[in-house]
Amino acid sequence: MSVALTRRPGLGRLKAARAPLHLACLGIVALVVLAALLAPWVAPADPNAVDLGNALAGPSPDHLLGVDAAGRDTLSRLLLGARTSLLGPLGVVVFSTVAGVLVGLVAGWRGGWLDSVLSRSTELVFAFPGMLLAILIVSVYGEGLLAPVLALAIAYLPYVSRLTRSLVLAERERPYVSAYRVQGHSAGQICLRHVLPNIAPIVLAQSTINFGYALMDLAGLSFLGLGVPALTPDWGRMVFDGQTAIQHGYPLSAILPCVLIVLTVVAFNVVGERWADRVARRTP
Amino acid sequence: MNFLRFAVRRLAEMAATLLGASFVVFGAMYLAPGSPASFLLSGRSASPAALRAINDQYHLDDPFLVRYFRWLGQVLQGDFGRSITYRTDVSTLLADRLPATLTLVAMALVVVVLIGLALGWIGAVRGGATDSAILLSTTLAVGTPSFVAAVLLQGLFAVTLGWFPTSGTGDGFADLLWHLTLPSIALALYLIGMLARVTRSAMLEALEGEHVAVARSRGVPEHEVIRRHVFRNSLGTVLTTGGLIVSTLLVCTILVESAFSIGGIGQLLELSTTTKDFPTVQAISLLIVALFMTVNLVVDLLHPLVDPRVTLGTRRSDA
Amino acid sequence: MNPGEQMNPEDSVNPEARVNPEDPGARVNALDIRGLRLHLPGAARPVLDGVDLTVAPGETVALVGESGSGKTLTSRTALGLLPTGATAEGSVLVDGEDVLTMGPERLRALRTGRAAMIFQDPRAAINPLRRVGDFLTEGVRRTGVMGAADADRRAAELLDAVGLGPELLRRHPGRLSGGMLQRVMIAAALMGDPVLLLADEPTTALDVTSQAEVVALLDRLRERFGTGLLFVTHDLGLAAAISDRVHVMYAGRIVEHGPAEALFERPRHPYTAALLAATPRLDAGRGRLAAIDGQPPDLRQELPGCAFAARCRYATEPCRTEAPAPGPVACHHPLEGSRADD
Repeated sequence: MSVALTRRPGLGRLKAARAPLHLACLGIVALVVLAALLAPWVAPADPNAVDLGNALAGPSPDHLLGVDAAGRDTLSRLLLGARTSLLGPLGVVVFSTVAGVLVGLVAGWRGGWLDSVLSRSTELVFAFPGMLLAILIVSVYGEGLLAPVLALAIAYLPYVSRLTRSLVLAERERPYVSAYRVQGHSAGQICLRHVLPNIAPIVLAQSTINFGYALMDLAGLSFLGLGVPALTPDWGRMVFDGQTAIQHGYPLSAILPCVLIVLTVVAFNVVGERWADRVARRTP
Repeated sequence: MNFLRFAVRRLAEMAATLLGASFVVFGAMYLAPGSPASFLLSGRSASPAALRAINDQYHLDDPFLVRYFRWLGQVLQGDFGRSITYRTDVSTLLADRLPATLTLVAMALVVVVLIGLALGWIGAVRGGATDSAILLSTTLAVGTPSFVAAVLLQGLFAVTLGWFPTSGTGDGFADLLWHLTLPSIALALYLIGMLARVTRSAMLEALEGEHVAVARSRGVPEHEVIRRHVFRNSLGTVLTTGGLIVSTLLVCTILVESAFSIGGIGQLLELSTTTKDFPTVQAISLLIVALFMTVNLVVDLLHPLVDPRVTLGTRRSDA
Repeated sequence: MNPGEQMNPEDSVNPEARVNPEDPGARVNALDIRGLRLHLPGAARPVLDGVDLTVAPGETVALVGESGSGKTLTSRTALGLLPTGATAEGSVLVDGEDVLTMGPERLRALRTGRAAMIFQDPRAAINPLRRVGDFLTEGVRRTGVMGAADADRRAAELLDAVGLGPELLRRHPGRLSGGMLQRVMIAAALMGDPVLLLADEPTTALDVTSQAEVVALLDRLRERFGTGLLFVTHDLGLAAAISDRVHVMYAGRIVEHGPAEALFERPRHPYTAALLAATPRLDAGRGRLAAIDGQPPDLRQELPGCAFAARCRYATEPCRTEAPAPGPVACHHPLEGSRADD
């Protein structure tokens, strides 16, 4: 049984020689996470304080990175935007990982009709691009963070469950499992205490890669005005708001969230790929 | 298994999945809180006439499955119902909007295939600093969502430099192409990176093959070795990304059309979603899923022709 | 039989074997390797250390050794296929012209014409995506040596010569058996009408019946086309069966060479004797197979003495410090009498 991670296609094999890139990406991940955690305390201004008289002003001591078309402090919005921009993908990854592992575990361990039902529905979900499913759900439920996060979690679930299933199938054949069975351990115990810890690194590497996808999709939804509510600071939303600023020739408030989105996605990709490579090398 | 039987089986599978997809698309509106009628009319004045129209269109008094199959039958005849916002047939709306989207997607596809394959080829064959540069820029490309690319390209080439129009579709076909140049690049960027990476790693794998060394030992010129034995052998792998490429193009066109105010089905989907014009959302979702699955079917059928090692019926592991 | 068989390597080259415009009857050796030394980056000693070897037109010479002895490397050098970073000394003349000093264009002409190689595993060596006909004609067509029609005609002729029908031209390699593919490979090697055919373990990847067929076929074709054949193998018995002369290679050096029968009946180098003792033989009775103790020397290790000294039961002090003089038997105390069956 071959076990393959679903990667961002082709983004494999960043060589070990590329350690500086990996370190830089780890640094970016750490910085962004730190910014998200500390945002309320380090943000210099209220991210929603509108000052129309000062709209589109450039960087100044008061506003280090300038203000947007509504006169809101860009730095503060970026910092607080890191919270929503990371929280959404985190939700997607947590939901899809927990549910995906559960589904994959049951399908792989039990097999039979349950397995075929699950893989059929997996097929169906694959036909829906995550973003499309999210739009469909949003069109029913209305805007907000929860609906798109749930929709994307469902869209990403098959990637996790399929991986888990193939890993469990391989693991089930290993001698230690039958050894535990002979000793009277229940299937649930074996899964929880032995199988899960063994397959966890590979699944988590996959989830790290999914984080980058989810961030891109959620930022896109916010850009369309279908994600977070209008006033919540969010990078995707800031790019949308910044479009007006760009038309007026003041691109800073749009370029900065763009740069942050790209850097964060790239950083999570590189870190996840590197992790996946290392895990893949370790497991036979 | 012969080709015809394989094709028929895959068609049947596709029909089954499409049926499931249509069920999801139709059933989604019953997830909404409140009655379907109030959902379909939400935010709009519920005049008795409008209410009756909705009730007629959806036969809301019938059982769910009856309604579903009636709707499905209409969809199969090309009737997607009436748009609540635009008050016209959804199929007419789609027919108006499709040309712009299809042109945009086709342009982006051409850019993706040409540049993606070229970059992958050059990276694999040249190696060294060229390869590293390509690897780094494609890493950036696959981390750039299409709307970010759209906004940045618009800011630089349309607003600051004024080389391209900032939005719209212009008049006439030539003007349409002109207006769609920046959007198609924005749409293509992520996929260029992806395709270049897939091509590069597939070619590197093919380069390891002994038949490559053998071809060289037989005096075949190097560029012919690369073309006939390395690139040719990587095409099968490259082809399997076809479905993913098309579905990504179709989904990301929503973002790009919104950024460049292009009146295609992507923008229509966005507007219909914000105005809760559910029949339109249903139709476009179904259209995108159907297009994606059609491309996947074509890829499945083409794969054994491109790579005779692939026998009919062995399913690709990934879309 | 080759007249040079009992001479020292220096004289083993037939004096007539050089290009002699005044004597049209002169025979140029198909392959003439002299003092070939190949250095790899990071290795303590040359991977090939003073290899001398000739193949006359129409002659079959076997090059025998364990894997890693450098036999494949030697045969590939004849096509100018050196490992990356390798530097070569000496000369490798194919049809009278030195491969080591050739430019890329000459080298390409050599590979499409005068020299061709038959590889070990036809399944890996033939691109599975291209049709058999394409594989056969590719070398001559892509270099413009032949037009499409000529190439196709010749390919069909050669398929016939190896006992296959012309309908195979349209097939994909995946539909053919290993033995058939190796025949295709042989036909492909003959496309450019080569004076030298290099066969690198051409039977190892095949089943026993196909092995015998391929060997018989090679022998027939060599005779018919007057091609010199260098047969690289690890199987001393097979080598003795098909070749006129045998060269035994160990750790990049030729340790013994001579007429096939003589070498097989009276091996004089202890390594040859050990190799023979390790080869299953029908006439030798049971229980006589003897593996050679130890491992071939590592490339990171210098070898001042005889390469085989560490594994040789007859080794004495000079064996470890002084390299034996090259010759028919490169050994300080060659075995005398009949086979070393003690």
